[in-house]
Amino acid sequence: MKTFRIGGVHPEENKLSAGKKIEVMELPRQAVFPLSQHIGAPAVPCVAKGDVVKVGTKIADAGGFVSAPIHSSVSGKVLKIDTAIDASGYRKPVIVIDVDGDKWEPSIDRSEDIVRETSLEPKEIVARIQECGIVGMGGACFPCHVKLSPRTPVDVVIINAVECEPYLTADHSLMLEKPEQILIGVQLIMKAVNVQKAFIAIENNKPDAIALMKEKTAAFPGIEVCPLKVKYPQGGEKQLIDAVVNRQVPNPPALPADVGAIVQNVGTAYAIYEAVMKNKPLFERVVTVTGKSVANPMNLLTRMGTPMSQLIERAGGMPEDTGKIIGGGPMMGKALLTAEVPVCKGSSGILLMTEKEAGRGEEMPCIRCSKCVSACPMGLEPYLLAKQSERSMWDEAEVNEIMTCIECGSCQFTCPSNRPLLDWIRQGKGTVGGIIRARAAKK
Amino acid sequence: MSPHVHGGDSVKRNMRWVIAAMMPALLWSFYSFGLGAVVVTLTSVVSCVVFEWVINKFILRNPRNTIADLSAVVTGLLLAFNLPSNLPLYIIIVGALFAIGVGKMTFGGLGNNPFNPALVGRVFLLISFPVKMTSWPVPHQMSAYTDAVTAATPLADLGNANLADLFFGNIGGSMGEVSALLLLAGFLILLCSKVISWHIPISIFVSAFCFSVLFYAIRGGMPFADICMLSLKHLCAGGIMLGAIFMATDYVTSPMTHKGMLIYGVLIGFLVICIRLFGNYPEGMSFAILIMNAFVPLINNACKPKRFAKEVKK
Repeated sequence: MKTFRIGGVHPEENKLSAGKKIEVMELPRQAVFPLSQHIGAPAVPCVAKGDVVKVGTKIADAGGFVSAPIHSSVSGKVLKIDTAIDASGYRKPVIVIDVDGDKWEPSIDRSEDIVRETSLEPKEIVARIQECGIVGMGGACFPCHVKLSPRTPVDVVIINAVECEPYLTADHSLMLEKPEQILIGVQLIMKAVNVQKAFIAIENNKPDAIALMKEKTAAFPGIEVCPLKVKYPQGGEKQLIDAVVNRQVPNPPALPADVGAIVQNVGTAYAIYEAVMKNKPLFERVVTVTGKSVANPMNLLTRMGTPMSQLIERAGGMPEDTGKIIGGGPMMGKALLTAEVPVCKGSSGILLMTEKEAGRGEEMPCIRCSKCVSACPMGLEPYLLAKQSERSMWDEAEVNEIMTCIECGSCQFTCPSNRPLLDWIRQGKGTVGGIIRARAAKK
Repeated sequence: MSPHVHGGDSVKRNMRWVIAAMMPALLWSFYSFGLGAVVVTLTSVVSCVVFEWVINKFILRNPRNTIADLSAVVTGLLLAFNLPSNLPLYIIIVGALFAIGVGKMTFGGLGNNPFNPALVGRVFLLISFPVKMTSWPVPHQMSAYTDAVTAATPLADLGNANLADLFFGNIGGSMGEVSALLLLAGFLILLCSKVISWHIPISIFVSAFCFSVLFYAIRGGMPFADICMLSLKHLCAGGIMLGAIFMATDYVTSPMTHKGMLIYGVLIGFLVICIRLFGNYPEGMSFAILIMNAFVPLINNACKPKRFAKEVKK
């Protein structure tokens, strides 16, 4: 069984919503669209207060090349352009739309028929993807068209269907229900970057998805299913490329394309199918609502801009003992300030943790057991980096490659002394990154 | 901030497994040395815990006392393992005070000590009470304590010792070191519970055996088969097993990377054989480990883990 080479941990999987059908979430009364739903420049509003929009109407233009436009997920009237707290915890500019119904732009193909053929050229495919505002849907939200315009030729596409975060099942459920559409999406990616070979990487804890995708790939030459060992962070981009094609991407500024690989999330492949074949912009996605005390953990096809509280209500309501609401999975997700945060392009899941689960254990001194060193998938020394950050030893931290850290949290997960290793390292990365940028600016 | 979940490992869990792994050898010492072994163990453990508590409370004024993490219990057990079973109470108490007080708490307690506390205690006693620390009771005197009949360590005359006796522990010696077999059982427990990796103990065994063969071969005058036999006896006699499995693997005082652990282990093996063959002491394991403890920061600096997408850099 293939896997990445260095480190890794195995958290409890807790895939409570696995095998549940995707249900359609009802429309919100008010939809909120943050202008920064992606990495890069924020989008720029192209509607004004009082404008009438339909489902699929563009409401904000891309703010640059590394940016993506935003489309309305509802029909209604623009109420205001304001600020609101988003998943980052900060107040950010948003467009608020009062919902009056579900009238779609006529250009969108709403039929259930699967479209298999397109006459579009690679450049046109990428342009369509760019217009439809597709970003990486695994959580990082990197604008998709940028990845599909590599500066060097690539020879392999890897579809990330690993879903190594515990609890989350959005990608899993999508594979079970839309396998063919996903594969057509993969074909489109392959055509866009002129590659003959693609792997669909799935962790071995999803045998039903592996079997179904294997069966369907028979009709798609060049696409192969690659089952992977269940190990966290198998879905980290660098780890995934290492596991599937045995190539290691060097530190930034190197990109996956520099070793000839492009990675796209499986949800992104589906969104690409819908964008290119159905002319449908990215305005809805599958969101897992889960947690041990949640009455009905489920997978919900949700329009962007829907407040998370509405999804939690649908899954049985907020349990009394909730201590933390997490956007994403438990290993890399962010604790949310409020349940009113809207669903965005990168919202793969909402995880409710009980007060008991949410607490951290008592912090003890480092006993130098070296378990963090063995767990680090980047081959770093987390205990040392954390200590150096704690003591503001920035030069030493830089020499010990603090910037290589991918913030997967394996070190802190494994620490028997409950030390906040990643908290310190994250802080150190912020400062060291600033020092490096300042140095580069001086030159 | 993420991660929001934890693997559930704890200092206490690790210490519990270390204690569990010491149980086979401890029970054997009770069986071999009877009353004396029980008295020495209890005294050592109780005084280590009490000293840690007192120092925490009255000298460091730590708001949270650290005895609950069980590390003092482990130190107490390890110290007892390194003592003969006929040692008078006051010597044990002095040893425990030195181990916990000087070996551990002066540096700031758990996690900060450069040297293995139990070994610091043992070596202090060895230098202070050389005769009492090197006269070992003959096994199977169940009700004897300080009045036990003693004999020299088999290490003094390794050529005539029986390998099977050494391996199963039918000999005199420090309480916990006599049965190689049961110490290896403890090794297995530590490996299976993932408390330690194989690197340090195995590299010590291999290195000690190889250097012993090498030195005897250079000295000459013995057929090769005898040299190998003698080298095997070296592994089973004295403190090599105990030291390699329980003392050299102490988290706090051993290197952080597998490569570093191998270097550390090989050098301990080399040192212990040098001390045994060329030094004044018949036994050298404590010194070998303590000397290498001092090199651990240097080893950590020299041996970085293999970084992702990079050859190992110095």
